[in-house]
Amino acid sequence: MTATQPTTGPGTETADQAAVAAAPSGARAGGDLRETLYFALRNPKVLVGGVVVLGFLVLGLVGPSFLRYAPMDYAGPPMAPPSADFPLGTTTFGQDVFAQFVAGLRSTFLVGVLGGAVAAVIGMTIGFVAGYRGGLIDELLNMLTNVVLVIPGFVVLVILNAYLGVRSVPMQALYIGVFSWPWVARAVRSQTLSLRSRDFIDLARLSGVGVGTILRREVAPNMYSYLFMTFVLLFGGSILTAASLDFIGLGPTNAMSLGLMMNQAVQWSALHLGLWWWFVPPGLGITLIVGSLYIMNVGLDEVFNPKLRET
Amino acid sequence: MLTLDRLDKVYKTGTFGTSDLHAVRQVSLDVRRGEVVSLIGESGSGKSTIGKMVLHLLDSSGGTITFDGRDVTSLGFRERREYYRRVQGVFQDPFSSFNPIFKVDRTFETLRRSYFPRVSSSDWRGRLEEALGAVSLQPGDILGKFPHQLSGGQLQRLLIARALLLDIDLLVADEIISMLDASTRIDVLNLLVELKSRGLGILFVTHDLSLGNYVSDRVVILYKGRVVERGVTSAVFDDPLHPYTRDLLASVPHLDRTWEDVEAEEAERSANLAGRCLYHEALAAQGRAFGEEAEAADGVPDGVGLVEHTPGHFVGCFRLAADDDCPAA
Repeated sequence: MTATQPTTGPGTETADQAAVAAAPSGARAGGDLRETLYFALRNPKVLVGGVVVLGFLVLGLVGPSFLRYAPMDYAGPPMAPPSADFPLGTTTFGQDVFAQFVAGLRSTFLVGVLGGAVAAVIGMTIGFVAGYRGGLIDELLNMLTNVVLVIPGFVVLVILNAYLGVRSVPMQALYIGVFSWPWVARAVRSQTLSLRSRDFIDLARLSGVGVGTILRREVAPNMYSYLFMTFVLLFGGSILTAASLDFIGLGPTNAMSLGLMMNQAVQWSALHLGLWWWFVPPGLGITLIVGSLYIMNVGLDEVFNPKLRET
Repeated sequence: MLTLDRLDKVYKTGTFGTSDLHAVRQVSLDVRRGEVVSLIGESGSGKSTIGKMVLHLLDSSGGTITFDGRDVTSLGFRERREYYRRVQGVFQDPFSSFNPIFKVDRTFETLRRSYFPRVSSSDWRGRLEEALGAVSLQPGDILGKFPHQLSGGQLQRLLIARALLLDIDLLVADEIISMLDASTRIDVLNLLVELKSRGLGILFVTHDLSLGNYVSDRVVILYKGRVVERGVTSAVFDDPLHPYTRDLLASVPHLDRTWEDVEAEEAERSANLAGRCLYHEALAAQGRAFGEEAEAADGVPDGVGLVEHTPGHFVGCFRLAADDDCPAA
């Protein structure tokens, strides 16, 4: 990181001042964003993690339009190892594993992002409000959090899935999100509690700004890396929960997912038959995506917290 | 300008909020324009609590706060915004007064967004530089830095500059000197004196007697949430009456006197006042017998009441905590 040393000192400062002088309003916010990006793009952890996650995402988004076979088509010879025609081989039934993998990536990302986002939004809202307002509101929200926390989420998910019979990927993500937020609320609440007593919060109140602004502009930025990490954990958790649901036969009926692929691989004894190309790609895919997000998070911690920057 | 009348703060403590903790008891005081009033007391005396209540960071449990003739005891969000245009605070710890992950400029930017959204960038920049100049800081050295890159004294002066941007009438300075080095201390103190001469009222919260003596026109001595003595600085410091004030003053080393001198003087004064209570003596002179506490003329119980001993010098009952017994009883 020594290469960045000269540019972070006087260089950025003059750039900032120039921005302040040039643009009439909103220049500071833009400058901060640009600076955050500047440090983010020079952080190897963020870069490596981001490239891997983005790579999978692009593959999932663009890949299907370049495929010759649909994921469920009986396209080729059964149990064929990887070859030029089938880059990841075929299943017991001659389905193209690569086509399944690409389609699975899509729904896996969808479940992860949607489930993670739903849980993050609910959990953070409740955590921030409970921690900042305190008093009766805190106690009520805490009670709600604890009630949802002790509900055996997975069992309820099974019942909901079976009873409502809606078997689409977005609904699955929604169910997962609605039951996985309590720990986020608790963690965010305790962090907010400790930040609330700091003087800069009082100073923001003395600047006449409202609760929402204080939470958004003063409390949350101190927890950005933590909030991102929360999202990463929720993302990974959603994927794994979805895979478990898929595994017990409550997965989406009309779509493919990485969890479903592993489920089918186990069901058709791919492990014993030595069809490694069937179960390794989905497992590796999940591991790489979640792992890269973790690595990104460590790097983002350095980006968000100026004290950790290796300047 | 600012008047506190029998201000109370009670915290509920215990497992189910069963017992009360009186952090501030029936405190009455006033701050005028161009005047520094020191609130002196040890930790837990309620001095910071009073400052926070004046700034509306804490709700009061009883009594009234009046600012320029208007009752500001409870304010809605909009009224509070307007109140903050004229009343600002600076806190003890400069490092925790800035959000550590942002540059210090952002504190000013928040203020601008909130109160001066229509002021142009260059105009604002001019005002900012003027305010920084008033606290003798060079804008080039300060702006664009993170809080951890600046010293406590610089940060503390930045906070005062922030308050000055609003053209305030009252500044609540909560222990603003105690975290600073000796060398930067005097700069901030002189700054306060200069602000005073511009007509600013300052409520100076401190535990340090010599600081109180140095800057303030009047002092209020607090002990366990109640005012034990208050008055013009010279009167209180030259002739401390309440046992707590005497103890407090006797514990400060003097540059011009030796320990023996101070000890002898204090011994004489305590011999003179031992077993007496000027508060109850004054009440007796008004024809009220000892023990008629509940019938005090203005409804203030004896435990927290004050009498004017000499003009401008008030003293409370010589009991220490409000629920102890009076030594003269």
